[in-house]
Amino acid sequence: MENRPLEYDYSVTKLFMWATIFLGVAGMLVGVILAWEMAYPAVNTILGSGIAEYTNFSRLRPLHTNSIIYGFVLSGVWASWYYIGQRVLKVSMAESKFLMFIGKAHFYVYMIAAVIIVISLLLGITDSKEYAELEWPMDIGITIVWLLWGISIAGLVGIRREKTIYISIWYFIATFLAVAMLHLFNNMEIPTYFYSGGLGNWYHSVSMYAGSNDAMVQWWFGHNAVAFVLTTPIIALIYYFLPKESGQAIYSYKLSLLSFWGLMFVYLWAGGHHIIYSTVPDWIQTMGSIFSIVLILPSWGSAINMLLTMKGEWQQVASSPLIKFMILGSTFYMFSTLEGPIQAIKSVNAIAHFTDWIVGHVHDGALGWVGFMVIAALYHMAPRVFKREIYSKSLMTTQFWIQTLGIVLYFTSMWIAGITQGMMWRAHDEFGNLAYSFIDTVTVLHPYYTIRAVGGTLYLIGFLMFAYNIFKTMSARPVEEDELVNASPMGA
Amino acid sequence: MFHWLEKHPFFFSVLVFVTVAFAGLVEIVPSFAQQSRPLIGTKPYTTLELTGRLVYIKNSCNACHSQLIRPFKSETDRYGHYSVSGEYAYDRPFLWGSKRTGPDLMRVGNYRSTDWHDYHMKDPVSVVPGSIMPKYTWLYENIADVETAYAEQITIKRFFDVPYNQPIPMRDGSTETVKLAGTLAGAQASALEEAKLVAADMKDQDVKDLVKAGKIPEIVALIAYMNSLK
Repeated sequence: MENRPLEYDYSVTKLFMWATIFLGVAGMLVGVILAWEMAYPAVNTILGSGIAEYTNFSRLRPLHTNSIIYGFVLSGVWASWYYIGQRVLKVSMAESKFLMFIGKAHFYVYMIAAVIIVISLLLGITDSKEYAELEWPMDIGITIVWLLWGISIAGLVGIRREKTIYISIWYFIATFLAVAMLHLFNNMEIPTYFYSGGLGNWYHSVSMYAGSNDAMVQWWFGHNAVAFVLTTPIIALIYYFLPKESGQAIYSYKLSLLSFWGLMFVYLWAGGHHIIYSTVPDWIQTMGSIFSIVLILPSWGSAINMLLTMKGEWQQVASSPLIKFMILGSTFYMFSTLEGPIQAIKSVNAIAHFTDWIVGHVHDGALGWVGFMVIAALYHMAPRVFKREIYSKSLMTTQFWIQTLGIVLYFTSMWIAGITQGMMWRAHDEFGNLAYSFIDTVTVLHPYYTIRAVGGTLYLIGFLMFAYNIFKTMSARPVEEDELVNASPMGA
Repeated sequence: MFHWLEKHPFFFSVLVFVTVAFAGLVEIVPSFAQQSRPLIGTKPYTTLELTGRLVYIKNSCNACHSQLIRPFKSETDRYGHYSVSGEYAYDRPFLWGSKRTGPDLMRVGNYRSTDWHDYHMKDPVSVVPGSIMPKYTWLYENIADVETAYAEQITIKRFFDVPYNQPIPMRDGSTETVKLAGTLAGAQASALEEAKLVAADMKDQDVKDLVKAGKIPEIVALIAYMNSLK
């Protein structure tokens, strides 16, 4: 046993891979519908006015954000965790019946929760807090799913053979701890049914915090849910998959140390930039602004570390579609983490806040960095998990260019839309009166909303090509006996 | 030190947690000690207004409308006085929003009337040509959930000492009292009284008939809430 290579067990990875693809298609489809609704409001009643309540923009919007962030992205992260975890800790899931049970329970409880969440959001059961819309029964469900993942991390780390934990594991641990803390504190709420002697809906609750306090906790959460679901686990992915796929060692250990601990310390402060010029204490707004600028350092640290990992091997970007996804992903990460701090500067925020520029910023990160990395992770894992070569490399390349075009259309149109709107809101004529009525600032955006919807549709088309490619990979190609190798392989 | 930590995941995790939790401790804890106090003249929501607020939340109106007026001339010109922290003292949850696809609603009660909302919610383009807001036709049919709002009122009175049935100081030196019924039947009756006042200003005959029959459609509660935003 000791001298044979480990037989890793990917059954849980496979389950989460399917979830990634399914929830990705669903979440992106809802997003595309929303985009067309903003360009052409008639789409709101596309399935008839009888059920317009369930196809309406405002009902679908939380469904889009939740299914992408906590559906698509988390599934991709967990598929990768059950793959990377075994390999860098040098243990197999097959070695522990208990951890295998936890892994499967993690998946199935998560799926049940997902179904309940989709139904509840469509019914309008929400507490309105962005990215934490769910009412308390679902919050408890999420806590259970999260704890199961925590047990899985602690268990695999506990029985590891490799004593030193790899960078990816640092980021997985950080993700687990930070999201647990944020989720628990932001969802402090009192179920009204039990404290009113059984009146009203049993699932309804009221927030523990009021007004400005509530806003402060919410954006401490909201900003860092982004940090610790859409950033840290994705860094965990790229720290493993990029060196593996390119055959290059990570450029600098010191840079990864600096970026990791820097990110841990700085990120949480930056939440205040969501509530600049609001009624929360001024010093918190200023801290949010300053720390957002400081945040460029650890963010770019990771991204530069990734790009320099390719040193001397840049021809791979041309030859390998998978490397394309990862390198463009890192580039979008740099771009997005520069754009965010710019928007956090008070005077810029005065124009950018409440406009589509923010939506554009979220999406160049989500589509370019997070989406591309999750896609790359699945493309890297699929041949090794299903023991079959990828069905079509040229389809991959086509997908890459279609999606890249989609992203570019998305963020450029949203920049123009956002800045146009921000400037029109504040424009005064020579007598000091407002130059535009509000509706002027809405109708002017129609062309940009249309371009955005086209961009989003292109991204969805690319994603469907990805789903098809993975499906054909596992069903149509002959089984490979040996582990597939990389461009210039490192040790196992 | 880092090499040692990377071989001892437990201590590694403890240090990560402390590093991550630090900002929250410094930023959030001190502000909580100093509770959010209501501004003079800020009243808690009546049963019907709170029912309407739940309709607002149920339909995620906050996805497109903010309730936060920033201290700029362009915003105070358009929406009225900039927002002050104490005005939000009874807002659980806060509804500032993060996107203005439509205009701010913080003081919409000052410049829009019941019948304007009536036309607008049924068909936004009829009142605001070019609007991209969807029609909210189901609000005219769905019956509002007064019971849940009443349960919330009891809960917040009990937990947060929200001053129902107590004199609340107004800006002109007088006091006003927001009543909270002792029983569910009482709460429903007082909500219906309020609803009748709103329905009287509406044009939709179906809504008027429903209210006459003792039922409160969601639209009536929502308009009552929006009229209270001042």
